[in-house]
Amino acid sequence: MVTAPLTLLARIVDPPLRLWQRWTGLNGMAAFFLLPNMAIFGVFVLIPLALNFVYSTTAGTNILLRDRSYVGAEQYARLLDCANYLEPLTCREDQFWTAASNTLVFVIFQVSLMIAVSLITALILNREIRGRSFFRAVFFFPVLLSPVVVGLIWKWILQRQGLLNLMMVNLGLEPEVWLNDRFYSFVATIGVSTWAHMGFYTLILLAGLQAIPKDLYEAAEMDATPPTRVFRRITLPLLGPNLAVVLVLALIRGVQIFDEVFVLTGGGPGTSTLYLTQYIYEVGFASLLRNPGLAAAASIVMGAVLVVLTLAQLSLSRRSERAGER
Amino acid sequence: MKLLHTSLAALALAGFAGAALAQDPTEIRIQWYSDGIEGEVMQDLLDRFEEENPDIDVVLDNVAYQVIQEQLPIQLASGRGPDIARVTNLKEQAQHWLDLRPYLSDEQVAYWEENFGNRFDWMREDGSDAIPGFLTQLTMVGGFANATLFEQAGVEMPGDGATWDEWVEAAAQVMESQGTAAAFAIDRSGHRISGPNASFGANYIAEDGSPAPIDDGTMEFVTKLVNWTNEGLQLPDVWVSAAGTTYRSGADDFINAQIPLLYSGSWQVANLSTTIGDAFDWVAIGSPCGPAGCSGLAGGAALVAIEYTEHPEEVARVMDWLASEKIVREFSERTLFLPAHAGIVEEGGLEFQSDDPNVPPALDRFVQASGETLPLADQLPAWRWANAYYGALVTRISQAMAGEITLDQARELMDQDIADVVANANQ
Repeated sequence: MVTAPLTLLARIVDPPLRLWQRWTGLNGMAAFFLLPNMAIFGVFVLIPLALNFVYSTTAGTNILLRDRSYVGAEQYARLLDCANYLEPLTCREDQFWTAASNTLVFVIFQVSLMIAVSLITALILNREIRGRSFFRAVFFFPVLLSPVVVGLIWKWILQRQGLLNLMMVNLGLEPEVWLNDRFYSFVATIGVSTWAHMGFYTLILLAGLQAIPKDLYEAAEMDATPPTRVFRRITLPLLGPNLAVVLVLALIRGVQIFDEVFVLTGGGPGTSTLYLTQYIYEVGFASLLRNPGLAAAASIVMGAVLVVLTLAQLSLSRRSERAGER
Repeated sequence: MKLLHTSLAALALAGFAGAALAQDPTEIRIQWYSDGIEGEVMQDLLDRFEEENPDIDVVLDNVAYQVIQEQLPIQLASGRGPDIARVTNLKEQAQHWLDLRPYLSDEQVAYWEENFGNRFDWMREDGSDAIPGFLTQLTMVGGFANATLFEQAGVEMPGDGATWDEWVEAAAQVMESQGTAAAFAIDRSGHRISGPNASFGANYIAEDGSPAPIDDGTMEFVTKLVNWTNEGLQLPDVWVSAAGTTYRSGADDFINAQIPLLYSGSWQVANLSTTIGDAFDWVAIGSPCGPAGCSGLAGGAALVAIEYTEHPEEVARVMDWLASEKIVREFSERTLFLPAHAGIVEEGGLEFQSDDPNVPPALDRFVQASGETLPLADQLPAWRWANAYYGALVTRISQAMAGEITLDQARELMDQDIADVVANANQ
């Protein structure tokens, strides 16, 4: 009889692992198996995070830490130096606060729109409609595109001599320079980012919808419960955990928005679509006014806000889960 | 026995010789970006170099300009990078350039100093006598006009010595007549508007070499530019629709005949010639005038040796070959770039390889414009804080154009931005 390779491998590694477990205990064993993942996480996340923090306490234009001078919390003080936080121009780093307020407004509208559109799409795709698989693929397709490609496609549609204006002219309408208008540009960044990512969230919600037991809907149908009540009393509560995941992910992604907007509007017109990540990129890497320490401080502040938002969101969703269980 | 010994010795010798011949050539990597066809021309020249120097293998890494601007500085800061690079940010990164002087003979040093020496200060630290590289092209900021559109509109092009107001007014007439999107566009770059600022009497440099506060000369041209944009005369797509210091060129809109006037620079000549073809006639117009003069701004891209190369001697051989008069002449003639080689400029007689009748007069006009620059424009390429000024100008003017801040606020913020850069750099 030929021994399967896996069995053979198990026989080989089993004795030393048992020995190791006896020596370290069960917790030590768990730590041993977690080690590779933790090492990767440490190298690619924790160490850069720590380095970023160290950078934020330094100043100068040099990139190597050994060539930079320690300035403590000076970069943070500069970022937070503001006469009136609601008036970015009264702040020392006015562009940071402009980017922060733009990001806040963007996240509020984009995340709301994203959840609404993804939920509606998931509800539709969960029904027995003709060509359901095709539509699922269609809605997911933009997720597969590179953000730069997404930005370029929509730029070609929205620019002065773009597809949209061509269609408008053909319909006898006045063309509009969409990307030169503050309002339209802002709306475009919300619409384009929603279009690009909604497929992913739709998929999560669709999985949640399909996990809801069918007998609940059958019971509701037998009781002649109106569809809106079914949605409010069955679908929404049972979809709660998935909605919480979508909310947290969309929120994080919304705050981190960069690639497609950078290609589409470049942060303009003026600074109307300048979001935090572009500000950090500009200050850290691209700008003729480069200041890596300030960029690092801004990214730490942004990271802290994200952590707070995520924790608040998780705590809310846990509370709603517990309420649901009761 | 003697025969056997002789045969063995011959075999051993042949083996050593073979091993020496088979030894891999030294690899030299050049990081290169292209505006037009210069990458192909350089590759062709390097193939020839390799034929003449089989012990050196030169690899030309063609990258986007953004890589040179954003990734190369990080490589250099970490003590890595290519052996040679083509860069435009010459002064700020001067500490990373290799001094070729120790690797050149006295005769070669004399040649370099005689022909490129007048611009070494653009690419070396203040007070240094290093020979870091040479300009592959001298650029001159200046304008282009769509002669066909002017002709169709029946508008006469203002001649040499015409002011900015006169040019914009004429272009506005063409815009109205021909229904173009705007009258003109200036590239979104602080560098590009610094020549015009100088023409309006601007001074960026204080007596001690530090940045001077934004003055009335700068504000006079900036105010005009903002007003022209708000009136729809300058194409807003170039300046308004971006934040920060993002570079945007108006060349595509000129090529598509969306604007009759473009203010960019001599490096666009090959691009315009290739992409416009015979679609319309265009002319170079130099720089329109302000009260103080008709200044553009000189600049250039340089090929520099990198300090961290492991093969400085081979790098010096490649650089010296590429800097030779014959090669510089051929490179300029084929790429339609203005040479920065003093001997070639003095001798003249460049035969630019283009069938396009628009090209020779355009290049002549840029050569003429290079003699019209004002003192500030001549100082800026070698001035340490030029980029700080350019960055502040482009960031804040765009905001003023978008109506986010007033011109007074823009002036205040530009001073603050520049002061911040100086303070950070001095830490």
